[in-house]
Amino acid sequence: MEANVAIPSDSKETWGGGGVKPFGASYGKMMMWFFIVSDALTFSGFLAAYGLTRFKFIDSWPIADEVFTHFPFLHGVHAPMYYVALMTFILIFSSVTMVLAVDAGHQMKKKKVTFYMFLTIIGGIIFLGSQAWEWKNFINGSYGAVKTTDGKVLQFVKDGHQIALADFVTGDRMDERIQQTPTNGLWFEGEGTMSQYSVAQVQKAFASNPDIAIRSELIDPATKQKIILSREKGLVELAKAKLVVEGANLKVNEYGNTIFADFFFFITGFHGFHVFTGVLINIIIFFNVILGTYERRGHYEMVEKVGLYWHFVDLVWVFVFTFFYLV
Amino acid sequence: MAHAHESNTKKIWIVFGLLSLITIVEVIFGIIKPDAFHLTSFLGTSPLNWIFIILTLVKAYYITWAFMHMDGEKKWLRRSVVWASVFLIAYLVTLLLIEGGYLYDTLAPLVKW
Repeated sequence: MEANVAIPSDSKETWGGGGVKPFGASYGKMMMWFFIVSDALTFSGFLAAYGLTRFKFIDSWPIADEVFTHFPFLHGVHAPMYYVALMTFILIFSSVTMVLAVDAGHQMKKKKVTFYMFLTIIGGIIFLGSQAWEWKNFINGSYGAVKTTDGKVLQFVKDGHQIALADFVTGDRMDERIQQTPTNGLWFEGEGTMSQYSVAQVQKAFASNPDIAIRSELIDPATKQKIILSREKGLVELAKAKLVVEGANLKVNEYGNTIFADFFFFITGFHGFHVFTGVLINIIIFFNVILGTYERRGHYEMVEKVGLYWHFVDLVWVFVFTFFYLV
Repeated sequence: MAHAHESNTKKIWIVFGLLSLITIVEVIFGIIKPDAFHLTSFLGTSPLNWIFIILTLVKAYYITWAFMHMDGEKKWLRRSVVWASVFLIAYLVTLLLIEGGYLYDTLAPLVKW
C-alpha cells in the first residue's frame, strides 16, 4: 500500500489531497470541476441529439409557443413563455442565494451561510414543483388531436386558434368501446387510458362543423406557422385517422412528432433529476453547517463545492430554456 | 485565491440584475418575435435565433465566471475546464447538426421514417 501513495497522507487532510495542490485548487474542488465537465458533455450530447432530430424534422417540428401555454391560476389564457421564464428566475435566484452562502462562508459567518443555504433549498424545491406542474400539463395535454395512419398529427383550429376536441365533438362514440380492464376484458389484459372520443366520432363532428379546419404538422417557411388545410384536404387527411390522441406519452403525443415528447421527457427529466440530487446534497450540507462541521474544520469549502454543482444545474437550465422554449 | 476573504455581495447582485435583464429581453423577444428577425435568415437560421444563442452564451459566461468563481481560479484549471468543454461541444454540435441537415435534405425524400 505504502508504495502506491504518492504523497504522505497521515494528516487529516487526505481527502483534501494533503499539502499538494495542483492548479492551486483542493482535490475536492478540482474533481468537482472535472465532474462538471463530464456532466456538461453528457448534457450537450442530449441537446446535440435534440438538435440533430430537430434538423431532421425541420419542416414539422412542434412550435414551443403552441405547446407550453399554461400559467398557474390563468385557466384558458394563452400564456406562452411566461411560466418557463418564471422557472428560470427561480433557478437563477437560488443560484444567487447559493453564491451568497459561499460568500458568507468565506467570511466564516455561520448564521448567514445557514440562512442562504436554506433559501437555496427552498428555491430548488419550488423549481422542482414547477417542473412537475409543467410535466402534468404536458402529459394531460389541453386540446387533443388525431393521429393518421401515416404518422401525422392533425390538430383542430377555429378562426386561426387551436380548439380542443371537447369544444366540438359531441354525441356517441359509435364504436361501442369501453375501457378494457383485467376484470371486464380478457382476464389477463388491461389497456392504457382510452381516449375520451373515438375516431369515428371526431370525423363525424368535423364533417358537420364547416367552420372548423385542420392544422397539419407542416410549417410554412414563409410565416413559420403550421399550415392550416382547406376543408376538402382536411376531410381527406382526417379520413386516414387511426387514433385520437389526448396529451403525451413516450409513444404518441398531441403536439406532433413522437420524438419531440421523448426529448422533452428525457432532457427536462434528466435536468430535474440533477436539481433533485442538488437539493438533497444541499440539505446534507445545510445540516452540516448547522451542526458547525465547517466551523470546526476552519473553512466552508464544502459549501463552495456543492455551490459549483448547483450553479452547473442552473447553467444547464439556461441552455435547456433556450433550445427547448426559445429557438 | 484573490476573492478569499473580501465580500463580493455587491458584484453578485449586479450579476443577478444582468442575468435577469438578459432573461427578460429573451422572453420579450420570444413573445413578440419581430418579423424582421424571425422570418429572415442569417447564417443558416433566423437572426432571432442567433440573438437567443448569443444571449445564452453571455449568461453562461456570467454564471461560470461570477457565480462559479472561475475568475478566481488558476489559468490552467480554467483552461482545462473551459477549453475541453467548449471545443468538444462545438465539435459534437457541428457534426450532429450537419448530419441532421443531411437526414432532412438527402435522406428524407427517400425514406419513410
